[in-house]
Amino acid sequence: MAEPTVTGAVSSAAAASGARPASPRRKWTDSPHLWFWVFVGPFVAGLLVFIVIPILWSVWLSFYDARNTVTPTHFVGLQNYSRMLGDSAFRSSLVTFVLFAVFIVPTTFVLSLGLAVLVNGVTRGKAFFRSVFFLPTACSYVVAAMIWRHSLFGGTAAGMVNTVLGWLGAAPIAWLSVVHPPWYWLVLVTVRLWLQVGFFMVLFLAALQRVPQQLYEAAALDGATGWKAFRYITFPQLRATSTAVLMLLLVNAFQAFDEFYNVLSTTGGYPPYARPPLVYLFNIALGNGQDFGDGSAGAVILTLIIAIFALLQGRLTGIGRRDSA
Amino acid sequence: MFSIMKRYSTVGTPSRRQLLAAGGGILAAGALAACGGNTGRSSGGGGTGGTGGGSGTISQWYHQYGEAGTEQAVKRYAAAYKKATVQVQWIPGNYDQKSAAALLTASGPDVFEYGNGPTIDMITGKQVVDLTELYGAAKSDFTASLLDRMTWKGKIYGIPQVVDMQLFVYRKSMLQKAGVQPPETLDDLITAAAKLTTGKVKGLFLGNDGGAGILAGPVLWSSGHDYLTSDNQPDFANADVASALGKFHDLFTSGHLLLGAPTDWSDPGAITSGLTAIQWTGLWNFPMLQDKLGDDFGVLPFPAIGGSGKPSVPVGAYASCVSAKAKDVDAAKAFVKWLWVDQTADQLDFAQSYGFHVPSRASLIAKATKLKSGEAKTAAGYLKTYGHPQTPLLWSPKSATTMTDAVDKIVRSGANPTSSLAGVAKTVQAELKRIGG
Repeated sequence: MAEPTVTGAVSSAAAASGARPASPRRKWTDSPHLWFWVFVGPFVAGLLVFIVIPILWSVWLSFYDARNTVTPTHFVGLQNYSRMLGDSAFRSSLVTFVLFAVFIVPTTFVLSLGLAVLVNGVTRGKAFFRSVFFLPTACSYVVAAMIWRHSLFGGTAAGMVNTVLGWLGAAPIAWLSVVHPPWYWLVLVTVRLWLQVGFFMVLFLAALQRVPQQLYEAAALDGATGWKAFRYITFPQLRATSTAVLMLLLVNAFQAFDEFYNVLSTTGGYPPYARPPLVYLFNIALGNGQDFGDGSAGAVILTLIIAIFALLQGRLTGIGRRDSA
Repeated sequence: MFSIMKRYSTVGTPSRRQLLAAGGGILAAGALAACGGNTGRSSGGGGTGGTGGGSGTISQWYHQYGEAGTEQAVKRYAAAYKKATVQVQWIPGNYDQKSAAALLTASGPDVFEYGNGPTIDMITGKQVVDLTELYGAAKSDFTASLLDRMTWKGKIYGIPQVVDMQLFVYRKSMLQKAGVQPPETLDDLITAAAKLTTGKVKGLFLGNDGGAGILAGPVLWSSGHDYLTSDNQPDFANADVASALGKFHDLFTSGHLLLGAPTDWSDPGAITSGLTAIQWTGLWNFPMLQDKLGDDFGVLPFPAIGGSGKPSVPVGAYASCVSAKAKDVDAAKAFVKWLWVDQTADQLDFAQSYGFHVPSRASLIAKATKLKSGEAKTAAGYLKTYGHPQTPLLWSPKSATTMTDAVDKIVRSGANPTSSLAGVAKTVQAELKRIGG
């Protein structure tokens, strides 16, 4: 390796090559290209093999009759697309997923921001609260889903929530069996909030600590404290973080799979309630269906919707913040 | 899908990253297949077991059977095969998905079991090979309705290993105490569920989804209909079926059904722990029922519905299939013939010694001592008199999903049965047209 320096890789590389330009002892290991590829290569290869090629392959498959094969020969044009768009179960899964995103994104945002402001305000034990709220992030979605399904929201009187309801004299509720009212949403939403709020709280906490203190002091002189200080100082100062958090939340919402699958799947398969498109497509393509044409067409449609949402959100948050700043 | 044999597969947990990073599950399989795509198979159809003596290794896949000893047993059978080395793969979790995906690659199984034989799309997609010739003279010994289930255009694509069935199990003591006779009709069953519901004990358990996952077949057969008519037309979009399913919605909202139990219908937990008096479950749970309840349980078929109906029970069988991508198709077929046609002693051992199954051949049913007494004998009788193969071969996964969704919406959300079933019929007709053409 070239002599490592603390002054930065570029200058050290330049210095190294400048110092001994025609050294016969220069080794092949000195080439910066080599090290670039050694470190970046595996990731590029991984990206190509596991992301880029499958995406392109999937787009290709979406134009073919690809049942039980991923190397189809029968071109069907847009037939898969029209079939998927005509499939009421797929359409309803898209609606489910948009509604879920519309609900979960602002809710998680507000809760994690609120929690961050509260934790930031405590004078003693800040580290304790920060860790406590952050810990669920380390829990796997699958494990959490299992705990929610079997322990917390068990349907018999022995379930934890039902036990509490029992103390209050209420009858036990079969959370995941009953569909009117749709209690399963309570299970799905609470598990996701528990898993996610802490992580976004930490992002907000970091941002809060970077808000200059003198702004609050100046505002206090003008009489802006409490809610007003939050509205006119804290929130605008968090603009960059908020935009990033919204984007991450949206991506997470669109990736809904793990907790849905593990909370709602039964011996009989996945019920037609709260079925996100990824679960539906998973069953079509990788489940017993093995229909990669329809599944891929659905995946492409889904990707387009996500792209539209991401663009819209970028527009809205961008414009909104500029106005208020 | 509501395969009878789904009982041991735990809820699967596909890796989040695999599935989601690329924005859709399909993509991961693309990559999977890419790896196997250009791996040429060594010696296609050429040498019939002649290459290098032992003709290599045969890879055989089983799903994870829940009963102790089963894995050791199938490995023992495989080890006894002299003409090739057989490697048994014991696959836990989502077996149907894993094996179906593996068939796309050259590294998949050579020999594998699949619920009720291969799917129609595996057959028409030429992923599995014709096994008709393996039966030889033994063909008439196998349960005919099961062979029909695996037959497409006159060729048989699987060999049934063992037969499983679903049925009602009830606590004799609870029925006696409530003065309830074992129900013989659907109306009896509904009345019984009401009478048997006391405090924390519910009268009836059909699964945590209120029966949505298991009702379709039994309701069709018990009301004198079927998924498809003999000339392969939908036979479920009619008033009989609609009214029967409507009754199950009433039952769902009656408060007499056990819902939200810790274990689902495929496990005997709900009835053995006293949460319910009558439960829909599988024959495979007999050892556990006998262990926990002793003599305090009886069995019933799904009761008759309406005037023209007869009781029914769904019957399924894991069948041994050979992948068209097997390294040596002939060697794989020879092994399947050896184990599932010739080795009758092993077949009987497999059906009787571990879990509780019915052999798939008449000559072995006659030798199955465990089926000769008590409730097991009664159950075996139902199988013979009221048994229906779980779903027809032409009932594609898409048809199955559409039907299960519709039944779920009728039973749980009170959707209109008539229009829901008409919607299913449309999808099924499109599927039939696709498969037929």
